[in-house]
Amino acid sequence: MSTFAEILLNGVSLGSVYALIALGFVVIFRATEVVNFAHASLLLAGGYFTASLHDDLGFWPALLVGIAGAALVGAAVEFFVMRRYRGSDHSVLAIVTIGVDILLTTELTRRIGTDVLALGDPWGDAVLKLGPISLAHTRIAAFVAAALLITAFLLVFRYTSWGVAMRAAAESAETAALMGVRLGRVSLGAWAVAGGLAAVAALFLTVFPTPGLERATSLAALKAFPAAILGGLDSTTGALVGGLLVGVTESLATGYQSDLTFLGRGLGDLAPYLVMVAILLIRPAGLFGTKELARV
Amino acid sequence: MVGSGLVVRDLSVGYGPVRALRRVSLEVPEGTVVTVLGSNGAGKSTLLRAISRTLSFQGGAVTEGEVRLGDRRLDRLPADRVVAAGVSQVPEGRRVFARMTVADNLRAGALGGARAGRARSLARVHELFPVLAQRAHQRAGLLSGGEQQMLAVARALMAAPKVLLLDEPSLGLAPLMAERIADTVREINDQGTAVLLVEQNAALALRLATHAYVLEVGEVTLEGPAAELAASDEVRRRYLGVVDEDAAADAETAGARTLTRWNG
Ligand SMILES: Nc1ncnc2c1ncn2[C@@H]1O[C@H](COP(=O)(O)OP(=O)(O)OP(=O)(O)O)[C@@H](O)[C@H]1O
Ligand SMILES: [Mg+2]
Repeated sequence: MSTFAEILLNGVSLGSVYALIALGFVVIFRATEVVNFAHASLLLAGGYFTASLHDDLGFWPALLVGIAGAALVGAAVEFFVMRRYRGSDHSVLAIVTIGVDILLTTELTRRIGTDVLALGDPWGDAVLKLGPISLAHTRIAAFVAAALLITAFLLVFRYTSWGVAMRAAAESAETAALMGVRLGRVSLGAWAVAGGLAAVAALFLTVFPTPGLERATSLAALKAFPAAILGGLDSTTGALVGGLLVGVTESLATGYQSDLTFLGRGLGDLAPYLVMVAILLIRPAGLFGTKELARV
Repeated sequence: MVGSGLVVRDLSVGYGPVRALRRVSLEVPEGTVVTVLGSNGAGKSTLLRAISRTLSFQGGAVTEGEVRLGDRRLDRLPADRVVAAGVSQVPEGRRVFARMTVADNLRAGALGGARAGRARSLARVHELFPVLAQRAHQRAGLLSGGEQQMLAVARALMAAPKVLLLDEPSLGLAPLMAERIADTVREINDQGTAVLLVEQNAALALRLATHAYVLEVGEVTLEGPAAELAASDEVRRRYLGVVDEDAAADAETAGARTLTRWNG
């Protein structure tokens, strides 16, 4: 029987990984107003690159290639597909991403087959014991990596020209264009960043205690959708809070499953969606979604 | 004599089947203020969008004619290259980035210009609009309408343009604030930036400009030195709201008689 603190810490770690995925999702939405249903396949691609290269290259170089590869796939999707639909209706754009997702996922699952691929991470199944609490090294690494990446992202978003261009384009593409912002570059960058973040998330979704990268990994990635949506699709803060909320909820629901058998099995998988629905009922724009901040 | 000024020649624009401009020609010589007057729907904003290459956002396209800055054609360039070439637009209705701070709005304005001149541009706009320096870290959406207009102008100046396109800067402002904006336009022009000013407030625009064009239903119907246009009957009647000297005087006396507090 795990303690409450343990469950909570595991939930925070898991949540920080969901936050990475949700952040990429939000970045694409803000830059291009595309609800990216192909996000899970970007993640699968990143994981697949790392998994198939770590034997030859070693883990760290393979991870870097995985991140770069997923970023490249993201950029390619933007450049060769999404760009042709610029200015189309939101629903058209979303459906295009579903098509992209089907293509990518089909190809990747064909390659992965029924295998469970290891990513060759250095943490293995080591566990850190702090008094009554035991935490897997992988969970600690996940939290630290996610925290560092998110901090770096927020600093870039806030202080660099790319960040300013991104936020300007998110508020009004037309006005941003008047300022000389190159919208094509902004959206290319957004897709690449989202791909890179997803590749890191792929690593931490497949390390211990999960057996490895398999077809079903993309299902785990789908939990970032409720995270992004309940945070408010266009808010980076929302993505972070949403990710943590989903992670902790899932962890608690799984941890106390045995006390909740009257609700049936599989509550851990369902809980994120229940939280999302509950929050959307109260706040339709999500926790941090845009309330118009304007004086007219 | 135009040299490196802005030249629009025989420009036609359509939004799908809707013809918004028909063979419009005008010139903004280097260092001058030129105004385009016209009532609602005349095509003033369309003209500016065609110059700044942002028509596509509204589903519009140039169907004939050309736009040049000096001997450089602008009408084939993407919007960011027009800014880089030295033409910046202040859009109708200010359109500040409401969720960003004043400082970040100004940074956004500098994205299209040369990196080297940014510090100088910032010093220049802070001198023109000291209030923007005080409010640097406030969200732009919380500024007053007049302050937002100043920010919109300042943001466009951050790219250090040779030609500034202004779309109804006095729209929705109290007369005093409109007057202040007019003063700044004059000051900006004195510093060497040419201005193409689109206005419905003809009195204000004709005072600022050296040359004026009147646009009606997509066509230039009148043009000439601003002072001449200001004196012409047609402009006085249609854009300066002067009906006729006698009638105006009548209205004044009639007004004085009937203008009592309404207690109903
Ligand atoms: N996106 C659009 N799609 C179709 N027609 C448009 C579009 N934008 C403008 N028009 C039409 O083009 C014509 C010119 O519009 P424009 O906005 O340029 O006028 P304007 O002179 O700026 O008017 P206002 O003083 O009201 O701003 C109008 O007849 C308008 O209905
Ligand atoms: Mg207009």
